[in-house]
Amino acid sequence: MTEENETPKIILPDDTPVDLQKELRLSNVQEVLDELDKELIGLKPVKTRIRETAALLLVDRVRNKMNLTAASPTLHMSFTGNPGTGKTTVALRMAEILHRLEYVRTGQLVTVTRDDLVGQYIGHTAPKTKEVIKKAMGGVLFIDEAYYLYKPENERDYGAESIEILLQVMENNRDDLVVVLAGYKDKMDTFFHSNPGMRSRVAHHIDFPDYSPDELLMIAKLMLADQNYRLSDDAAEALLEYTKRRMKMIHFANARSIRNALDRARLRQANRLFNSTSKSVKKIDLMTIEAEDILASRVFEEGTLDMDGDEGADIKPQEPIVDS
Amino acid sequence: MMTNYGNRMTQGQFSFLPDMTDEQITMQIKYALDNKWAVNIEYTDDPHPRNTYWEMYGMPMFDMTDPAGILMEINECRKTFANCYIRVMASDATRGTESVKMSYIVNRPSNEPGYNLVREERTGRTQGYTILPYACDKPEGERS
Ligand SMILES: Nc1ncnc2c1ncn2[C@@H]1O[C@H](COP(=O)(O)OP(=O)(O)O)[C@@H](O)[C@H]1O
Ligand SMILES: [Mg+2]
Repeated sequence: MTEENETPKIILPDDTPVDLQKELRLSNVQEVLDELDKELIGLKPVKTRIRETAALLLVDRVRNKMNLTAASPTLHMSFTGNPGTGKTTVALRMAEILHRLEYVRTGQLVTVTRDDLVGQYIGHTAPKTKEVIKKAMGGVLFIDEAYYLYKPENERDYGAESIEILLQVMENNRDDLVVVLAGYKDKMDTFFHSNPGMRSRVAHHIDFPDYSPDELLMIAKLMLADQNYRLSDDAAEALLEYTKRRMKMIHFANARSIRNALDRARLRQANRLFNSTSKSVKKIDLMTIEAEDILASRVFEEGTLDMDGDEGADIKPQEPIVDS
Repeated sequence: MMTNYGNRMTQGQFSFLPDMTDEQITMQIKYALDNKWAVNIEYTDDPHPRNTYWEMYGMPMFDMTDPAGILMEINECRKTFANCYIRVMASDATRGTESVKMSYIVNRPSNEPGYNLVREERTGRTQGYTILPYACDKPEGERS
């Protein structure tokens, strides 16, 4: 019954003008790109790649409107980089962009790791993986540390079953689900090398570089401003020095380590204000992180980590580390 | 053919209409999700109108945002129980109970033989009536 109702395909002349700028405005995608620029420090190559991807999708959409059909582009991506380089944050934005360009129906991002997909016994994995896929449908499925799905040293590992199901969905439900695989660059390369099926279905590879100390300082200022804190000039200098030292140590997780360092600095600031003998604490004092709040870290005193050892790296700390 | 008009069981919504396409089913699921109703899938081989509680195919699906995942589940159920009746239900939890808001058939057996109308002689020349689905002639587990 649909055949009669279908609108006849109009073949437009080749010199039909196309207003790409108007399309861009209509999709509201520029807004997300601008936000990305503003809220994320650095990440030049990543921003460029996302801009390019958005352009590709926008042009594809316009082509579709003019009945220039082609296979819908493969959107599955891999985000590689060290911990705390912004992969999860960018994935959230990517979901929003894909939503505005109508490549996914909902803008939702479902984040999972191996434990959410792979079961403990025979027959447990397929329902678990399918359950996750069912929930993520219509949006973006973000698989963190995806390479742990594949354990070559154990040929009876259930991860392979999960990969099999994912591959099927990535191929058959391209209009329903976009999959983003994330993790360390070298491990992901190995993973793709031993899983050619995955490699051939992932079209966009985006690499997230580590941040420079200056970028990390800017990120710190941004994070603090979000929570109505500020760094005094001395504190900014101290934090830069802290960052340089911290970068050389184990378990460094880029922006996440900075976030943790700031959380500890806030704790010290609160204690300092509480214990200070002077009666006159002003509003500005409540907002300001001073150099001493940062210099009290063990990173300076003994060149070791603070208490919580900065999560993010997947190596367990050799020994429990106690805060100063 | 009074008991089996059109050789089709008619229960729930849309059952007098032609079978829905997957696109139409998707729209109905979307309507349920937009209302924040939980959707579940049930199947049976017994088309008796008083057969109220069918077998559940998996758990009710809460926290779903998009119909595609549910349609995927419907297709799994169709594969497993190809020759059964399958229906999709939507339940509303706003009153503190899961009350059924939608119920429609998405799969039927290839052959629907209808019902046997049985007349019962009662005292005083009164008649009792009952119907028995031919689909249930064989014992459970040997049908299909
Ligand atoms: N370029 C950036 N600008 C501002 N904040 C950032 C940036 N990159 C990361 N962050 C912050 O650092 C934290 C860790 O980032 P995340 O995206 O979780 O990293 P990953 O997923 O790569 O481990 C988040 O709180 C995020 O907001
Ligand atoms: Mg992450």
